Amino acid sequence: MIPSPGNAIALSLAVPLVGFVAIWLAGRWPNLREAATLLTGVVLIALTLIVFAAVGEGARPGYLLYTVVGGLPIAFQAEPLGAMFAVLASVLWFVNSLYSIGYMRGHHEKHQTRFYMCFAIAIASAMGVAYAANLFTLFIFYEVLTLSTFPLVTHKGDEAAKQGGRVYLGILMGTSIGLLLPAIVWVYSIAGTTDFTPGGVLAAPLSDAGPLPMILMGLFAFGIGKAALMPIHPWLPNAMVAPTPVSAFLHAVAVVKAGVFSVLKIAVYIFGVDFLGETGAATPFMWIAAGSILLASAIAMHKDNLKARLAYSTVSQLSYVTLGAMLATEMGVMGGAMQIAAHAAGKMTLFMCAGAIYVGAHKTLVSELRGLGPKMPFTFIAFFIGAMSIVGLPPLGGSWPKFLLMLGAADAGQLAIIGVLIVSSLLNVVYLLSIPVQAFYLEPAGEGEKPQGSGAKAIDWRNIEEAPLLCVIPPIITALFALLLFIFADPLYAYLTPIAEAR
Amino acid sequence: MTIASQLPVIPIILPLVTAPLAVLMPAEKWGGRLPHVFTTLVAWTVFAACAAILHSVATVGPISYHLGDWAPPIGIEYRIDLANALVLTLVSGVGALVFPFAHESIRSEIDPRQVNLFYAALLICMAGLLGVTITGDAFNVFVFLEISSLSTYALVAMGANKDRRALTAAFNYLVMGTIGATFFVIGLGLLYQATGTLNMADIKIQLAGDNNRMVEAGFAFIVIGMGLKAAMFPMHLWMPNAYAYAPSVVSAFLAATATKVAVYVIIRFIYTVIGADFAFAPAAFAWLIAPLAIAGMFFASVVAIFQDDVKRMLAYSSVGQIGYMLFGVSFGTEQGLSASLVHLFNHGLMKGALFMAAACVMLRIGSHSCNAYAGLAKRMPLTAAAFIIAGLSLIGVPLTVGFISKWQLLSAAFDSGRAWAGFLIVASSFLAVIYIGRVIELMVLKEAPKDAPPIKEAPLSMLIPMGILVAANIYFGLNTELTVDLAERAAHALMGAGR
Repeated sequence: MIPSPGNAIALSLAVPLVGFVAIWLAGRWPNLREAATLLTGVVLIALTLIVFAAVGEGARPGYLLYTVVGGLPIAFQAEPLGAMFAVLASVLWFVNSLYSIGYMRGHHEKHQTRFYMCFAIAIASAMGVAYAANLFTLFIFYEVLTLSTFPLVTHKGDEAAKQGGRVYLGILMGTSIGLLLPAIVWVYSIAGTTDFTPGGVLAAPLSDAGPLPMILMGLFAFGIGKAALMPIHPWLPNAMVAPTPVSAFLHAVAVVKAGVFSVLKIAVYIFGVDFLGETGAATPFMWIAAGSILLASAIAMHKDNLKARLAYSTVSQLSYVTLGAMLATEMGVMGGAMQIAAHAAGKMTLFMCAGAIYVGAHKTLVSELRGLGPKMPFTFIAFFIGAMSIVGLPPLGGSWPKFLLMLGAADAGQLAIIGVLIVSSLLNVVYLLSIPVQAFYLEPAGEGEKPQGSGAKAIDWRNIEEAPLLCVIPPIITALFALLLFIFADPLYAYLTPIAEAR
Repeated sequence: MTIASQLPVIPIILPLVTAPLAVLMPAEKWGGRLPHVFTTLVAWTVFAACAAILHSVATVGPISYHLGDWAPPIGIEYRIDLANALVLTLVSGVGALVFPFAHESIRSEIDPRQVNLFYAALLICMAGLLGVTITGDAFNVFVFLEISSLSTYALVAMGANKDRRALTAAFNYLVMGTIGATFFVIGLGLLYQATGTLNMADIKIQLAGDNNRMVEAGFAFIVIGMGLKAAMFPMHLWMPNAYAYAPSVVSAFLAATATKVAVYVIIRFIYTVIGADFAFAPAAFAWLIAPLAIAGMFFASVVAIFQDDVKRMLAYSSVGQIGYMLFGVSFGTEQGLSASLVHLFNHGLMKGALFMAAACVMLRIGSHSCNAYAGLAKRMPLTAAAFIIAGLSLIGVPLTVGFISKWQLLSAAFDSGRAWAGFLIVASSFLAVIYIGRVIELMVLKEAPKDAPPIKEAPLSMLIPMGILVAANIYFGLNTELTVDLAERAAHALMGAGR
């Protein structure tokens, strides 16, 4: 029995909630509880694939849940970008759940039931964001996502976790209530609707409104704090106090991608690419995004803590998507959309490797990783692949979005942006690729010594000290995804083309 | 003459007549439950009557009831349209939940000899508030206002059994409340001078846009007098102490109803009695009500952040929320008015639930200082959950009534071309994030002190009414038929009457 695509949308929100209850009920039996999570994950993947396939055939399945106030329905409608995001989130959630099991058990974390329950809510709200048919619905699930991830960020419960959680919630709630909500109501007031419409809803009513489109764009760009456009980014490094699976999934995929996804979707379906291009409303934010890309990379180079470095790298990489949206060209939008997928696979790999290193070797600083490569070869090879993808080197998925963004920048006549992209990739090489290289080729340095090269050291297959299997296999899987995204970029590009042509 | 035709008078006459009976009941029998059960049944009957009135008004149209069959404008008229039917339902609905809720909390907080008097006074207070709301006679408003105020002073003072500061709080309230009532009656006197009538609709007809100094002065006195009752900034100083030291149940009831009724009266006088087309109405909106509303939204919310006492914090938050309601009114548009009415109703739901949670904490931990809330999520999970949901509603998180309020206010602001007003509203709700977040953080993230004795969750008799109110916070956040649709129609009718 296969549900219709419309029902599959509804089910993909309902199934994680059923999973939520099942996890809660099975809380006392860890194996049963994890089975509930994984089963939910499998069903969810199937559901999102149904929607994905239907959208690929040109359908736009929808589901009207409920009309709250006249003209403001909680409604869902899948389009290529959302369908892709949903598949991405559900597949990576499943992989991450495997990883969580290994990590949480290997690390003897407390409150594991609460952890999995919150995860289920988070994935349900990510689905809501992905399929939202209007800004109103998007906002609701955006907020639920923030709230449901707060207990995950403060999971450890110590002072650092609380402080991190405070910043996390403060910035995300503050920007969403203070900037995003008024922006949405303003759009509603101007256009009389908040529906995502191909070609946008603002072009007609705002044809000669002076700086208003730019103000609105600013409210959206900064109001969507999850997109971590500088200077709204500090919540992301602060969220790194969370257990690594949370960082890996939420702060490389679900939460941050919900942010940039929303920015992209608003640029395409609320403003409309043509309208943005004609009014130049997005140009200031294009420069802010470009600055964000470079600045965050520069900060990342200074971070010795591995997760902090990855976090700043994420800030930088997220701004690629924002940049793509703000370029207001077809190629820019396509580049942004592809970047969502490519970065998710790459960055999640890196985070999961960081977690594996923490579980296996209890190391958190980059400087402590020298010489660790031969002991944990699989982890570091996966890390290497993930890093290559983030840098944008073929044959990995990350290379296409960079290529498309450069084309988009050229289309928009912004040659300086091409320079920014090149410099950023070079910076990425320095601070990401150096990590696995040092791990394989340098000796651990003693106190106050300079690290010494050891030449190529062979991997001693009998003395491997890897993290538990469930911590090592998932990053390898996502590293493979990064590879597949290179090979199958063309079908994905074709799949996403309707969003760039929507006008 | 059927019972149905007498429906409008039931919510007033029934509690007024039965309150003395509650005093006479034996306090000792059935564990002192008799007056409690009796008054609870009365409150439920009143609620049923108010719900029936709302239904009738919503489906048939406004009701005009002539007291003692004396025709207005000589006789007293009860005139119920959608606006006051909505407020009636709120007041009686909160009453119907507060009465069953009261038993355990009151037993632990007030002098046992006063229990009968307490239920009687609460019943009279409710009757007074309903009377203010239901009546179409301006002087009758004053009479019922005094009935509710006098009983409120007594109710606040009953907190003295726990904390002697309740006495000064009650006295303060008495002085301020009397000034407010006096201002109000002076304003009425001036209007009477100008028109020779006290029936609201009749005043409106007699004035017929006739603008003179006396009417202006009368209007000013009425707005200031009622503003004092509504705790409109900067006339709110009586409120934090009164709410903090009153018995918890009384705070819950008053916070959800009393100030809302006063705001309703302001709206009623502006639109039905004076008329918004009066020359000075826009000036009053722009130069008096809007600035004070904004000042309240910010000043009171900032003060709330620095309170060490949760009940005081909630009281200051109420001052800020009253600011939202008045701000909506000050737009002078139908949408703004409807948003205010929606928020009036919704805020009653959230504040009632928050104060009920505070009452549960008071019962089990015996304190309403912030420290008592440390680790509450583990010690009293259901109460903490109620506080969190109602608190999120106050902040305006989606799927709660607070979000509906905020959305309505924001779209009223943007639609009337006041983008700046929209940003003031969200900036002020960011302050709510801070003061509510602070308590939530204490409850969820902080551990209870090591030497804290183990405590039980609040009793079911308190959890169930609180649960219903919290559920209402979510239900009306999803189903806005009752609130938004009715408020829009009510605003339309009020504005229509004003033109």
